[in-house]
Amino acid sequence: MAQKLNTLRESPSQTAGPYVHIGCVPNFSGIAIYGGDLGAVMKTGPVQGEEITIKGTVYDGMGTPLRDAMIEIWQPDAAGLFRSANETRGAADPNFTGWGRSPGDMVTGEFTFDTVKPGRVPWPDGRLQAPHITVWIVARGINIGLHTRIYFEDEDTANAEDPILTRIEHQNRIPTLLAKPEASGVYRFDIHLQGTQETVFFDM
Amino acid sequence: MSLIKQSGGFVPRDRDRHPDGLTPPYKTSVKRSPQAALLSFPSSISEETSPVFGHGLLGELGNDLIHNFAQAGQSAIGPRIIVHGRVMDESGRAVAGALVEFWQANAGGRYRHKKESYLAALDPNFGGCGRTITDENGNYEFRTVQPGPYPWPNGMNDWRPAHIHFSLFGTGFAQRLITQMYFEGDPHIALCPIVGTLKSQEAIDDLTAALDMNRTVPMDSRAYKFDMVLRGRRQTYFENRKEGL
Ligand SMILES: [Fe+3]
Repeated sequence: MAQKLNTLRESPSQTAGPYVHIGCVPNFSGIAIYGGDLGAVMKTGPVQGEEITIKGTVYDGMGTPLRDAMIEIWQPDAAGLFRSANETRGAADPNFTGWGRSPGDMVTGEFTFDTVKPGRVPWPDGRLQAPHITVWIVARGINIGLHTRIYFEDEDTANAEDPILTRIEHQNRIPTLLAKPEASGVYRFDIHLQGTQETVFFDM
Repeated sequence: MSLIKQSGGFVPRDRDRHPDGLTPPYKTSVKRSPQAALLSFPSSISEETSPVFGHGLLGELGNDLIHNFAQAGQSAIGPRIIVHGRVMDESGRAVAGALVEFWQANAGGRYRHKKESYLAALDPNFGGCGRTITDENGNYEFRTVQPGPYPWPNGMNDWRPAHIHFSLFGTGFAQRLITQMYFEGDPHIALCPIVGTLKSQEAIDDLTAALDMNRTVPMDSRAYKFDMVLRGRRQTYFENRKEGL
């Protein structure tokens, strides 16, 4: 026997269940306790950089859209700075929160984020990562929140040197991580939970 | 001697602690679980930062579900309880300023949701959601009514134990967590396919709140204590840098 390390263990995850919208987007659910839902607006004033919209749908293994999911995104501003207590590299755009939360459309399940194109941020060794947005998906039937990233199809050069994209064993799966230009300033990023188009999910 | 660096990368998630994605007795998981292996990589600043939530977003009754949806002078029906606890990381450090959101069925086991079909009555004075922010010691508390167990479409006769859903933010987005709190002594805990996705009795026990008589308010509310633990960061003053840099 050796000394105990006295570390705690993380609380186990449980599914968000069918009513996650009650707790996280109560106004969307018709429970108007607060002024508005958290994460509904990412831009609180004029922002720096390129304003974009990201749309997408989460599909199950049968190709059916999820209408009871909740999608969150987290990203830096156009200069690559996070609006976070532990951002030490500078002050982020004061009119950009960097965090969005969407319940998806009530009928189609499609989620929409009005945001800005993120700047590049460093990898732990100092190399620059390609522009990306962190994504977290929860829903009924998902036992632990799924992490992935949105990269951009029109960032070839940066993507080709990104430390994570270059690490993916099945390089033919990289397109599952790329948001595709759909119209001016609009990108599509669909998420497939399983199947031949399964999105690359992260052990994060 | 330098201080321990508090903002190191995250230690890997202990997947043995969490349910697998695919858990066939919980039927909805079958077509909603990824089949490929998850991609592992060290955390970067994208996962080590997290949004900041100020106290400005908390309404006066954000942490009082007995009153936050009730008509003036009215209150929700059901056993009055206080739920309180501490949010820590795996090193045992308090997670201060963390947004905690919670939602639940009413005392009859009915959610206020248009897709909810259980015949138990709605309580006109109960909305079923609230939120708060942990204090400088990581503590949180809220007041509510104890939710009822409810049936759900899975097997022919499955019932959820009484539970409260929790959503947690930490200091890094890698810590993002949604879980559920169960109540000590509920016989439905052992029967539930969603509880059954957990891999050990220890994991179930760690999601089961104990009756805490020390925090009860005599002639008013009983109390349950529910601590939660978020992922921890590496603590080191040895930076991982290439030689010569
Ligand atoms: Fe529930």
